[in-house]
Amino acid sequence: MADVTITVDGKKITAPAGALLIDVCRKAGIEIPAFCYYPGLSLQAACRMCVVRQEKVPKLQTACTTTVAEGQVFFTETDEIKQARKATLQLLLGNHPLDCPVCDAGGECELQDMTFKYGAGESLYAEAKNHRDEQQWSPAVFYDRPRCILCYRCVRMCGEGMDVWALGVQNRGSSAVIAPNAGNELHCEECGMCIDVCPVGALTSGSYRYKTRPWEMNHVATVCAHCGDGCKVTLGVRQSSEGAKIIRADNRDKSGMNGDFLCAKGRFGFDFVDSEKRLAKPMIRNAQGKLETATWEQAIRVAAEKLSAVKSASGGEAIGVIGSNFATNEEAYLLQKFARTVLGTNNIDHARTADYARFAKALAGKPGRSAGIQDAAWAPAILLVGGDPTEEHPLLAWNLRTNARLSKARIYIANTQSIRLERQAKATLKVDDYAKLGEMLAGKGNAFAEAVKGEEKLLVILNGDVQGAALDALLKWGLDREGVQFALLGGAVNSRGAADMGLLPDSLPGYVPVNEPGAFANEYANAPKKPGMALHEMLQKKLGALIVQGTDPLGELGVDGGSLKDTFVVVLGAFESATTAVANVVLPASTLYEKTGTITNNFGDVQLAQKAADRANVKPDFEIIVRLAGAMGVDVRTLVPFGKHGLTADLGQSRGAQAGEADRHAVWLAANNLEPKLSPFDPMALLDEIERLVAGYKLDRLNLFAGNPAKAEPGFVPVSALAGSGTIQRATAGLFTTPGLSQYSTQLAELAEHESPAKAVAAD
Amino acid sequence: MTKNETSPETMSIFSPALSARFDKLVGKYPLRRSALVPMLLYAQDEVGYISDAVVAEVAARIGITELDVRSVASYYSMLRFKPAGKFNVQVCTNIACMLRGGYEIFDTFSEKLGIGHKGVTADGVFSLEEVECIGACCWAPAIQVNYNFHDELKPENVDGILAEYRAKTPEGGR
Repeated sequence: MADVTITVDGKKITAPAGALLIDVCRKAGIEIPAFCYYPGLSLQAACRMCVVRQEKVPKLQTACTTTVAEGQVFFTETDEIKQARKATLQLLLGNHPLDCPVCDAGGECELQDMTFKYGAGESLYAEAKNHRDEQQWSPAVFYDRPRCILCYRCVRMCGEGMDVWALGVQNRGSSAVIAPNAGNELHCEECGMCIDVCPVGALTSGSYRYKTRPWEMNHVATVCAHCGDGCKVTLGVRQSSEGAKIIRADNRDKSGMNGDFLCAKGRFGFDFVDSEKRLAKPMIRNAQGKLETATWEQAIRVAAEKLSAVKSASGGEAIGVIGSNFATNEEAYLLQKFARTVLGTNNIDHARTADYARFAKALAGKPGRSAGIQDAAWAPAILLVGGDPTEEHPLLAWNLRTNARLSKARIYIANTQSIRLERQAKATLKVDDYAKLGEMLAGKGNAFAEAVKGEEKLLVILNGDVQGAALDALLKWGLDREGVQFALLGGAVNSRGAADMGLLPDSLPGYVPVNEPGAFANEYANAPKKPGMALHEMLQKKLGALIVQGTDPLGELGVDGGSLKDTFVVVLGAFESATTAVANVVLPASTLYEKTGTITNNFGDVQLAQKAADRANVKPDFEIIVRLAGAMGVDVRTLVPFGKHGLTADLGQSRGAQAGEADRHAVWLAANNLEPKLSPFDPMALLDEIERLVAGYKLDRLNLFAGNPAKAEPGFVPVSALAGSGTIQRATAGLFTTPGLSQYSTQLAELAEHESPAKAVAAD
Repeated sequence: MTKNETSPETMSIFSPALSARFDKLVGKYPLRRSALVPMLLYAQDEVGYISDAVVAEVAARIGITELDVRSVASYYSMLRFKPAGKFNVQVCTNIACMLRGGYEIFDTFSEKLGIGHKGVTADGVFSLEEVECIGACCWAPAIQVNYNFHDELKPENVDGILAEYRAKTPEGGR
């Protein structure tokens, strides 16, 4: 809309006509207090805190519902307005207890802040306060009725934002209360958004309440460890006897690509770090066949000696390496580099949850075809194929709902089943088999296909269960058209990163084929060129040694441990599992919340995960792998480029542009104005190498380190990339389940129990 | 979100007449949910109060959640969630009635029936309520028993009114 100029407190402000005055003022740095107003939700005008004086208008106006027009003059902070706000606060405090020191929200309460600002500490109301007892609605949500100021934020967030509609307002006047959908119980997605938006201490979180004070915690921004959407999460961390303990998770500062959104898993499922199944000390299997605790030095030495012995006796092909969907990009990259250059094997894989190799192969050489997860919140039209994002990809579902609600996005859904997002969809299509969908879209006469083809710009979101020929057909259909972008949804937090970083038997990082290594030929001296074994093969082939990092292949794939009877198994992991039960050496590793590195989400958005919690005697996988390599007698500088003169050896170039150049990494660092990293355990040293060598990972570091996503670009993948082979095995995630992680969270188990069909009222 | 699996036709606790009335009513509004408040009133008249089953049925028929129905219903004091007596005595105590002795009328009913505001007699015949204006200010003080008005009352009229209604019960003849 056209811009208009208004005057606020004597200051001229230009803003689009029709914008809300409260937004315009806040953007211009003029603070307008409000309890009920919440950006993105419908207007309520219930709290009367945002009143302002408009010239020539007889009564005070609410800034949250006033739209700006040319020439308006406003005053926002006169004595009259201060008095009006103070009176509003006195009314709000009429029944609100004045016991901030014992309230869970003390220190981060908007009502407390406003009371301090407008000085309504004393009240004209002498009547007794109307007290009612606190209620527990679910394991996650508690409601303290007298503290509620009836701003309706929770009601609107639950209904409009989450499309769950589990909260309402009952009774009226001073006896009005927020009411959950099942009498005194709440049955919903347990996302906890209502707790986050509550401006006071009325809604409190079962996992956080009365444990600490906000100012006693460190607040660390990192990436949620659960699904592949990769929400930014702020962990509240406090010192404990073990190191540092996570007390809560939220994203109240609305930073990062998910804004204010977090689901139940992100908000309540952080307690896997304190699971009873956490491995606490390194262990070695002794002569009696029992695991006994050892020092780190002993365990690393035993593992390194045996790996060296297997390698010299039977060659690298006798060793297998299984990586993880939960490790950082740097760790995945390091693991495959270790496997290929130190162990000399291409037997490396991970439990694949989506066919990212096929996706990259299709998009190779076609930049600009890959979308970011924020595009789902902005794209004018979206084709969603397969899966149920509400359950499996909550942020994606949130973005799609927001987009449909606020921007009238047209969402087209093709699915084998009925899914919740259909309520936001413009058209839905039931399909029996995704293999026929590409052909159907290309053909004529189908109303759904015609509507989709009518879209000038289209975001195609493919769930991980769209595989093989079906995936190829859909990608081809879209790539043949202008203005179509894609995303492919994997399962766990770094499923995309694991594939991008080359945890694949036939592809190096960036999907460079092992038999055509290109630039990697110089970097990975002596790496084998023959593709190795895929995951299932490694578990069946009775290898000499197997390294398993951050995963439980025996438990998850249901493979009998007996097949690894004669294999020397080294496990780097955080939890006891079926695989640690057969391991020869167990090395206790940090979880994602205890280390630093980058994570690539489903959509290829790369974000920085930062160390939040701390735990004695466990180490990040990164450090463990470097130490293993060191113990095997490798110069670790060839693995992790650190120190000022990292690689001084001649890398074998005697002719051509790089003749005589000793250290390409140092040259690259200098060219990019970066310093060499000083520690071999610094994952950022490998981030430098990833940027230098992996074509799709030219990252905007300013954004990355500021906590925003930096986009990876599969369009830069070499066209020689292989679609690859190997099984894609999906274990479906749910609202409270992340295969491989959620079983270690007690809070998620409680929520799942509370919402189990037997107990819940028929959830929609 | 709760949505009943059973269709309104199979689960109905409404009489065919009420169902027909509802179907006619929803068609009159641009939005189905606009029929909610009148529907609740008719249902209360038929069933006696807004029971859980009424809430469920009205929600299913309109296509909103039970929580929505409760949120609206709990706002209005003329909708009740517990059964009233066979004859619900509603005594107005708003300004006109109050000035002309509405509270004396209320107190007399209360004393004779042995129940207070929102109370129901043990035999379930009478219930008593203090209500807002019933629109009979010209003939204050006034009361409403179910849908019948009695106006220009004095405390001494109370016995007669109670006897009149008690006579309408099956046991009343004795």
